[in-house]
Amino acid sequence: MSETGKIDIDYVAKLARIELSDEEKSKYSKQLGQILEYFEKLSKIDVSGVEPSAHARPVYNVWRTDEESPSMSLEDALMNAPKSRDDQIVVPKVVDDA
Amino acid sequence: MEEIFYKEIGELSRLLESGEISSEELTKAFIKRTAEVDEKVEAVLSSDEVGALEMARASDGRRREGRSLGELDGIPVGLKDVLALKGRPLTCASKMLEHFKSPYTGTAVEKLQKAGAVFWGRLNLDEFAMGSSCENSAFKKTKNPWDLSRIPGGSSGGSAAAVAAGECAGALGSDTGGSIRQPASLCGVVGLKPTYGMVSRYGLAAFASSLDQIGPFGRSVRDCALLLSTVAGRDPRDSTSVDAGEIDFLANCSEGAEERNFKGKKIGVPKEYFEGGMSPEVEKSVREAIGKCSELGAEVLEVSLPHTDLAIPVYYIIATAEASSNLARYDGIRYTHRSERASDVVDLYFKSRAEGFGEEVKRRIILGSYVLSSGYYDAYYLRAQKVRTLIRRDFDEAFKKVDVLMTPTSPTVAFKFGEKSGDPLSMYLSDIFTINVNLAGLPGISLPCGFSGDGLPIGLQMIGKPFSEAELLGYAHAYERSTDFHTRRPSL
Repeated sequence: MSETGKIDIDYVAKLARIELSDEEKSKYSKQLGQILEYFEKLSKIDVSGVEPSAHARPVYNVWRTDEESPSMSLEDALMNAPKSRDDQIVVPKVVDDA
Repeated sequence: MEEIFYKEIGELSRLLESGEISSEELTKAFIKRTAEVDEKVEAVLSSDEVGALEMARASDGRRREGRSLGELDGIPVGLKDVLALKGRPLTCASKMLEHFKSPYTGTAVEKLQKAGAVFWGRLNLDEFAMGSSCENSAFKKTKNPWDLSRIPGGSSGGSAAAVAAGECAGALGSDTGGSIRQPASLCGVVGLKPTYGMVSRYGLAAFASSLDQIGPFGRSVRDCALLLSTVAGRDPRDSTSVDAGEIDFLANCSEGAEERNFKGKKIGVPKEYFEGGMSPEVEKSVREAIGKCSELGAEVLEVSLPHTDLAIPVYYIIATAEASSNLARYDGIRYTHRSERASDVVDLYFKSRAEGFGEEVKRRIILGSYVLSSGYYDAYYLRAQKVRTLIRRDFDEAFKKVDVLMTPTSPTVAFKFGEKSGDPLSMYLSDIFTINVNLAGLPGISLPCGFSGDGLPIGLQMIGKPFSEAELLGYAHAYERSTDFHTRRPSL
């Protein structure tokens, strides 16, 4: 764990897709710096040969039969959409006009 | 005589069964109580009086016709506002979902519905279940019914406070790092986090998927056993839910069980949990409680969980990493708040998330994005997962020697509003006794074991082996029935 207490807040906020104000940036940088410093405890632990746990107990592939079953209605699926039209969600234009 | 809204579910059921009260009358009593006290407690985010009374009348109809669905039929139960019930709000206490209505019903809620429960109140929480005080709700600050200047705990603070204040007979919450047990402890009620996989997470808004579990709040251990017995079980819609076989969760919660539940059993007291940082009043009450269990026939042994102090960093790396991934779905496109200021679709993500998420949620998403980012993944996330293995092994070793572990639930009683909200790290440290249980996927229960000099509740945590809920509930019931802490009520 290098650069303890330093976090490139602009880069990470971009990864997280969250716009931050300057005030938020300086606040989070400072707080996250302190938190990461606390996390340094972990670097002192010998974990050689230890398997990582993604879950508390092993979870393997869980299969089900490939059968058709009812799914959510179009109406239900769109009931919370901020904007919809013709059974579709309206979003800002993604592709420029040619 | 005890007010109707403070009675245990078992007793309310008997009154319904004998016809002394109807579910409609009972539901009206909770509606009235909520109208009287929730202005002060602020546990309820939304409620549907008309819908609740319809459910109650339907229940009364079933009972009249001899078709009662069982003990929960007609009992008003609250839901933490992260649990989906079709057509009802599901805000997660976030502006992001302020106007969201569930398009479907989650499994645990559906099971309660099939058992005839009356849904009364959608209950407050820290936004997206991230917090230990309920101060992170975007909508209101729930108060501790025992002292309105103090926090109820979190994240399921609304569920704990509503049960403690008599606004519902029981409630469901969710627990990712202590979010059921810690508020139960601080509000003087019983709260259970089941073994990971015991209850389906389908229809629970995800925070950290490898840690989240739905669980019950009640005024007694038996009430929690009853609620758990209703919601537990394998569900094809959650591939991490487990078929644990036929379990009689109520078997050890019967009258007289206190005499036998502890006979020949061994209680482990993890020494690392008592090595400083705990308030003397909490330590005294918890040690007395363990002494009481020993009087009831158990043998008490000291055990060691050597990696205990690593739980906070491990948890806050794993939980924030999973959260940063889970909360990516709140993008402003399909069903959430959408910014009006955005210039293009990418900008729409940035601005909608900036406007929709509160301070703590942003902090955790950013931390989670950081620990997963290129160059830091191995040092933080992968290393945390390895230490998680060590933490789980500590418990495996301890459970070779003992049947149950006993610890405090929270190092202190309820703190004051604002006491920790400016310092995220000190807030994170208040979860020290509960998060290991989530990391290891174990069942844990918190129940009242005393009061501080200021009259604030203190909670005892019992931790069991995976899928040993029936035994765990039995130990908790035996202790509870030998004390009267669970019968005390706040003055509101």
